[in-house]
Amino acid sequence: MKTVDEKTVTMNRRKFLEITGVSTIVGLLGGWGLVELLAPGELEATYLPKKEALVAKRWAMLIDMKKITEQSAKKCITVCHRIHNVPDVGDPKREIKWIWLEHFANAFPGDEHEHMPERIEEERFFVMCNHCDNPPCVRVCPTKATWQRGDGIIMMDQHRCIGCRYCMAACPFGARGFNWGDYRFLIKDRNPEYPTREKGVVEKCNFCAERLAKGRIPACVEESEGAMVFGDLMDSQSELRKIMREQYTIRRKPYLGTNPQVYYMV
Amino acid sequence: MFERALAGDRKYWGLVVVLLAIVCTGFIAYLWQLKMGLRITGMSRDVSWGFYIAQFTYLVGIAASAVMLVLPYYLHNYKAFGRITILGEFLAVAAVSMCVMFILVDLGKPMRVLNVLLHPTPNSVLFWDMVVLSGYFLLNIVIGWTVLEAEKNTAPPPSWVKPLIYLSIPWAPCIHIVTAFLYAGLPGRGFWLTAIMAPRFLVSAFASGPALLILLAMILKKFTKFDAGTKPIQTLATIVTYCIIINVLFVFFEVFTVFYSQIPEHMRHFEYLFAGIAGYGKLVPWMWVSMIGMITASILLVIPAVRRNHATLALACVMVIVTTWIDKGLGLITGGFVPNPFDRITEYWPTTLELLISAGVWAAGFLILTILYKIAVSIKEELG
Amino acid sequence: MPEEKKEIINSLKDTGFYKPGKIYDPGYIIAGIVIFIILAALPFLYNAGKAAKMPEPKLDTPEILQLSEAERVCVLPKQEMRENHMVLLNEWRDQVVREGNREYTGYTGKKYTVSLQNTCMECHSNYDEFCNECHRYTVQTPVCWNCHLQKPKEWAR
Repeated sequence: MKTVDEKTVTMNRRKFLEITGVSTIVGLLGGWGLVELLAPGELEATYLPKKEALVAKRWAMLIDMKKITEQSAKKCITVCHRIHNVPDVGDPKREIKWIWLEHFANAFPGDEHEHMPERIEEERFFVMCNHCDNPPCVRVCPTKATWQRGDGIIMMDQHRCIGCRYCMAACPFGARGFNWGDYRFLIKDRNPEYPTREKGVVEKCNFCAERLAKGRIPACVEESEGAMVFGDLMDSQSELRKIMREQYTIRRKPYLGTNPQVYYMV
Repeated sequence: MFERALAGDRKYWGLVVVLLAIVCTGFIAYLWQLKMGLRITGMSRDVSWGFYIAQFTYLVGIAASAVMLVLPYYLHNYKAFGRITILGEFLAVAAVSMCVMFILVDLGKPMRVLNVLLHPTPNSVLFWDMVVLSGYFLLNIVIGWTVLEAEKNTAPPPSWVKPLIYLSIPWAPCIHIVTAFLYAGLPGRGFWLTAIMAPRFLVSAFASGPALLILLAMILKKFTKFDAGTKPIQTLATIVTYCIIINVLFVFFEVFTVFYSQIPEHMRHFEYLFAGIAGYGKLVPWMWVSMIGMITASILLVIPAVRRNHATLALACVMVIVTTWIDKGLGLITGGFVPNPFDRITEYWPTTLELLISAGVWAAGFLILTILYKIAVSIKEELG
Repeated sequence: MPEEKKEIINSLKDTGFYKPGKIYDPGYIIAGIVIFIILAALPFLYNAGKAAKMPEPKLDTPEILQLSEAERVCVLPKQEMRENHMVLLNEWRDQVVREGNREYTGYTGKKYTVSLQNTCMECHSNYDEFCNECHRYTVQTPVCWNCHLQKPKEWAR
């Protein structure tokens, strides 16, 4: 009898320890959960996006070529390059450009034919980074120096770029430029609010991420006097979507599957 | 074992000094590039990779070709290669070293290269290329060194090398397949966007690598007491023959698909390389020399008498090396970038400084090769 | 001496490469040691007697002076900034570029725009007397300034 008793006692103590152990863990987890519930992300709260920031599920751009003149286009380009401290390299082989003009046959190679309206043949189209939804540049980058934000913008982290230029080989739109040398001294009109880039890194259009963060639309859109529309592709009520419902829009090289997010009305 | 690299005759030291001088010249040129940026090269917005990356691609092939000695010896028990597998392994070590150096000199921010490890990105082929190349380097130096040391001690190699050797066999083609994937997976570069890129890389590598090994074995026979023997050289010559013929065939397959389909985005690059577009055609003569040379070498190598005669075999091997080098080391990269995504032509040609830096890297690689071969040959000579 | 060790030494003697107690090529060895000592001592000799001046980072920019005493605070306490500003700057960099968070709440509860160029250099408009003073002393060359502007205001002119 005695042995049986002892056994029961030890069993009970073991059970007790098990129960207290489990309940302590549950209690701790519960306590943690409560803290999270009452003050979520307390730790991260020192950093927040600005309240006035423009947000979207998927940024996209629409360019109405009928409304753009060579002169207004030049203005857009100048403003973009000035506010982003894009150097004026001069040499077309080594130049850096975030937004520029190309003839239809160059911007849309393969889509041109001999009997197009003269207007389109002569016209020069705005080209820039397409902020593709399926970006090959992001796929190939070995350091995540270029990546896609939640809102679709393809960002470039010049702090991390190792200058391997794989993204330039991967981009089917020739949108990326490389700092082949120290170009800082070639910046003409300087913007003290934006940094410059040093030699050895890649750069391109960033859909004015730094302006969106302060609640302003991209500079080229602002300068284009209504010829360019910037908006949320996922918002069916956005002006962008309204125009797209009514007008036929085209994109550069859609057959490559990169899903470019700059749309053109010709 | 390394002390054997420190004792040699005048010819050995002469070679070392010459190579060191070229390395130093290249290094000084590289310091200038570090200061000035990559604008001292001929590369541009449109042709953003040039001579460096092309050399890298060619040398990955040379490195991979070591498997052509290792595989028959270890998997098929082909004893004739036993004496020279070490030459293949050490050639691989030297070639991978050059690959790494060529990548480094091509980077805009070389001091940040460890970002690749700090922020590992498995979706990037370049990340995997780093993994397979460093792995291949370690495998070959460890295997080569251990087996040689065992040979020196006239003892069987330790049992742990066997699995490493078996691992190195599939690893070798992997390094070149991954390197082909660097290019073959890019949308919008019609010249590279072809499934035959990896197979073509492999056969051209298995032609040029063994051809280089034949030449190296002949040089060793002439200047040292190490004789690889006729049988392994003849077997290597057979490998070169098959591979160069398959390579020519693969080029033909490529040309057929591109020109019979008539898709401009694929045709334009071939037009630029072999005919020139609108007066731009810096590479046209080179590409024709490469093609004609490759076909001639194939025909020559098929003739048994040519293969048996060491002088004509050496000539054919030189032709194979030069023609595959033009194909991969000049045409492949530039051809992929011209015309650019806007269907415009920007030509590329390496600058003198670029060539000096490249020469420095090649010399550094050959210096590594010389030292490793000196060690191997000294031990083989001692054993008789 | 254990038997095995003796055996090894004897076998080495047989090879003729090993003679106990003999220094081979003493000239080379001594010359090598002397050269090593000179090289190792060179930095000390070069800087001997030249005590570097203690850095005195200046906080008297017009922008700071125009603030009231209570407003003269940085994003973190002085000591913490002095020791860890580089860690904070790296954090700021990643928060802005990669996370899109451009607002920072300082230890006093005040909100700041996360920007080296537009926030830090706004008050500390004296790059040379503030940043560089200590960086010179500790022989640091931060890479920040390869891209960011040391004196955005002057640059604007």
